[in-house]
Amino acid sequence: MTSAPTDLLPPRFADWFAARGWTPRPHQVALLEKAGERRSVLLIAPTGAGKTLAGFLPSLVEIAARGRHKPGTRRRGIHTLYISPLKALAVDIERNLEKPISEMGLAITVETRTGDTPSHKRQRQKLAPPDILLTTPEQLALLIAADDASTFFEDLKTVVLDELHALVTSKRGDLLALGLARLRSIAPAIRTVGLSATVAEPDDLRGWLVPQRPGEPPALADLVTVAGGARPEIRILDTEERVPWAGHSARYAIGEVMKEIAAHRMTLIFVNTRSQAEMLFAELWNHNDDALPIALHHGSLDASRRRKVEAAMAAGSLRAVVATSTLDLGIDWGDVDLVVHVGAPKGASRLAQRIGRANHRMDEPSRAVLVPANRFEVMECKAALDANYLGAQDTPPIRDGALDVLAQHVLGRAVSGPFRPLDFHAEIVSAYPYRGLDWETFERVVDFVATGGYALRSYERYAKIRLTADGTWRLTHPRFAQQYRLNVGTIIEAPLMKVRLGGKVRGTGPVMGGRILGEIEEYFCETMAPGDTFLFAGEVLRYEGIRENEVIVSRSRDTEAKIPIYAGGKFPLSTFLAEGVRRMLGDPETWKRLPTQVAEWLEIQQLKSVLPKFDELLVETFPRGNRFYMVAYPFEGRLAHQTLGMLLTRRLDRMGAKPIGFVATDYCVAVWGLEDLGHLFAVKRPSVHQLFDEDMLGDDLDAWMADSYLLKRTFRACALISGLVEKKHPGEEKSGRQVTVSTDLIYDVLRTHEPDHILMRATWADAAGGLLDIARLSQMLSRISGHIVHKRLDVISPLAVPVMLEIGRERVAGGEGEEELLREAADDLIADAMQ
Amino acid sequence: MLTRDGLIHLSGAAVRLDWSGALHWPEEELLVVADLHFEKGTSQGMRGRFLPPYDTRTTLGALEEVVRRLSPKRVIALGDSFHDRAADGRLMEGERNRIRALTAAVDWLWITGNHDPEPPEGLGGQSVDIVAIGPLVFRHEPGRGRQTGEIAGHLHPCARVGVRGRALRRRAFVSDGARCILPAFGAYTGGLNVLDDAYRGMFDRVRMIAWMIGDQRVYPVRGPMLVPD
Repeated sequence: MTSAPTDLLPPRFADWFAARGWTPRPHQVALLEKAGERRSVLLIAPTGAGKTLAGFLPSLVEIAARGRHKPGTRRRGIHTLYISPLKALAVDIERNLEKPISEMGLAITVETRTGDTPSHKRQRQKLAPPDILLTTPEQLALLIAADDASTFFEDLKTVVLDELHALVTSKRGDLLALGLARLRSIAPAIRTVGLSATVAEPDDLRGWLVPQRPGEPPALADLVTVAGGARPEIRILDTEERVPWAGHSARYAIGEVMKEIAAHRMTLIFVNTRSQAEMLFAELWNHNDDALPIALHHGSLDASRRRKVEAAMAAGSLRAVVATSTLDLGIDWGDVDLVVHVGAPKGASRLAQRIGRANHRMDEPSRAVLVPANRFEVMECKAALDANYLGAQDTPPIRDGALDVLAQHVLGRAVSGPFRPLDFHAEIVSAYPYRGLDWETFERVVDFVATGGYALRSYERYAKIRLTADGTWRLTHPRFAQQYRLNVGTIIEAPLMKVRLGGKVRGTGPVMGGRILGEIEEYFCETMAPGDTFLFAGEVLRYEGIRENEVIVSRSRDTEAKIPIYAGGKFPLSTFLAEGVRRMLGDPETWKRLPTQVAEWLEIQQLKSVLPKFDELLVETFPRGNRFYMVAYPFEGRLAHQTLGMLLTRRLDRMGAKPIGFVATDYCVAVWGLEDLGHLFAVKRPSVHQLFDEDMLGDDLDAWMADSYLLKRTFRACALISGLVEKKHPGEEKSGRQVTVSTDLIYDVLRTHEPDHILMRATWADAAGGLLDIARLSQMLSRISGHIVHKRLDVISPLAVPVMLEIGRERVAGGEGEEELLREAADDLIADAMQ
Repeated sequence: MLTRDGLIHLSGAAVRLDWSGALHWPEEELLVVADLHFEKGTSQGMRGRFLPPYDTRTTLGALEEVVRRLSPKRVIALGDSFHDRAADGRLMEGERNRIRALTAAVDWLWITGNHDPEPPEGLGGQSVDIVAIGPLVFRHEPGRGRQTGEIAGHLHPCARVGVRGRALRRRAFVSDGARCILPAFGAYTGGLNVLDDAYRGMFDRVRMIAWMIGDQRVYPVRGPMLVPD
């Protein structure tokens, strides 16, 4: 099995390695071997392991061997297709491949094809394809829907899928899986190479890479794993300051973060949301007495501003960059020697990915500092550290393929040419996420694409695709092909508005004319009135008004913004870290390793109330003001808790307990009302066990979900992806607003008249898995059944303080003006709890 | 403008703005609805947009409910009752019968609109361009500038207001006491913000009130409180 590297590497390649004093790394050799055996393979390696070169090396060798194209012979098609989740990554890879190719003098052409590729280049690529094409899942969908797809891909040998762990858990992954299945039908000999960061369940990814046979155990690609390099050095910021009870700003630590920046060459500061990035950036500059060059990078900033920051990073002229997930994926810039992560890591995978940013040389340890923003986050950070960082990654499991994506793919299939339903179904179920797709569901999706799939057959004569006499489904009109091309893809952005610098002329309202600063979610502008100030692009801006879908702003002289910004975490606590925190709470021995102030907090909690054991759910009830509160601590993440809060309120209402409201955090949920729940539990009207019974996931859930705005939002995405409504028409662009309104109305009508329509099914599946996190809630309810500890208290407990601070600000939090008010409220609450 | 019994005075007539989106004039036993847009859902089928073809029956259900509840003797549909000239041909037989039953039970007037300049025959009711009753004039498209006693539709008004960091957008009646524009009644009819340019000059902004439709009641919101989209 093992061959000497020289057997696998042609002289030119071996010389190239030797000239640099390198020898091919074992995993690079392993991938060459797999290529020789025509095996598909998953390569799992930490950042800096030379993953990209390993993935491409076999292709470079093979293409070099087939020699130059001789004039007069048939042009050869694409040999290797590379697909990445980010356009920028494709461009980056093109640059990285150029070097070995030119240094070895190989006659290999590499080109990118993204949404930005000009049409003349696209056409030229069709006529004269490069040897290696670098592209995105959406572009692949377009390529396979073209009528020349079979000639374009007939020479295809290898598909390289980068950042596979990030791709497969989304609808983009579903679209790509279907595209890959199509490619296999066109070019049956292709093999796949998946490149991934460390993941908990590599078998999901291995199955994803190769064709499946329904009814058989999953087929798996081979696996090559590179052990982690030097262990990263991660510590929790050792602070002299008081860590707050609640909130997400980590403002207490600004001075200490500044010291870290000063002590390192280049620091990357990661936060979880854009608004946190803005806030932190502004605070850092307030403390930046030495005027160190610190920049801001997030997805809402204008692309040219982002490029400038990236260039400055690469040039080493920055000392720190505050960034969000836009910098998450494997783009390699500059000489970062420290990563600061503000806020809780939420998922160990994200943490590992981000820490991989520091120091791309595998043999040196990466250095990272975690800065928890509140006390629960201290425990969460500790749990992440205890988990041995990279050892326990927790990428979410791959869900069943989405039906709206399938509908899009069905139309795309018809666009590329007629199809036989049996063959097409067989092709689809070979894709890993769709391996369980039954024939009836498939037929319903095809029917949906053809005529809307309604019980009332109103659209038979307008069918987009039709089953013809020869047993194939065919597109009925070429204009549907054009519609398909304009609507391809699964990324539904929140409606965005451009932020433009302008001014105000008295009496005429906002005037335009300045430059664009970036984009902002429409909902953020919704309640602003002219004159309000907010933080964006690192400065305080004054809102002037809206003109033609642009937000017009001017620079403000204020140093504090008036409009608070949402600062909650976007990503829920992962199951894995939640377990870690629960374990820590239940085991006082572990508290010694926590900062003193946090340990004290837990000790007082134990005195005043109780701390739940690992497998228990603690439910506290207490009066406060003229209300009665119940706080439950499941530690299952904000989404699951929101759903739980909604269901508990519904149930309590039905049981006559008069609930008024609830609030959910990543760690717990608080419900309040006019009746003493502690007393009701005591007399078993209802008992706490009845209240938390699993049956709440039955009727209560159904009734609530049907009305939920979350479901409407999910429906909108499904309607757009499935093609029920269009993102764009030829010659017209719909604004987000119009789409929102119409899909809400459609949802109401469809729900009333055909609640089991295939699109409603897609919507429920989405919502249950995503926004509502029902699977997790369901696991929790069954876990705690019989293990609920109810503690009836006279006053609020220390553990309950953080969630109580969230009451009334769950929607907008952590902003400037509010922080003062909260601090006042906080002191009041804390005094009670600690007495 | 608002009286104790929930009636508002519109240029001398005491009317009620119903949460269904209909205007009720008890003294005349008159009910007014605007912009039903029957068969809007199926109107784009030939372009491959297969919206759920159930909007007509949804709209009819709401219409039957309000007629039952308020038992008017006369109903005025303020135009754009049918989404296009071919809408009649796309109605299902059951829906056709439901429309006939409605028009047979009361004195029914179809005001013509830009979508239905010639409302279909054979569904009962009488087609007219404009109707005047007492101090009020009923027509499809609101006239330019200030008007007194005009009840119109056409613009599909909706209103938006910010409350505690959340924006609420609802269908709304819009009135300044002199005239009133009704929200669209149809199930698939979107809304146009009352602060849009299309309403320019029609209302006194200070006296303007948007009666936003909530769950079984309408909420009057003063003009200065409203926000654009």
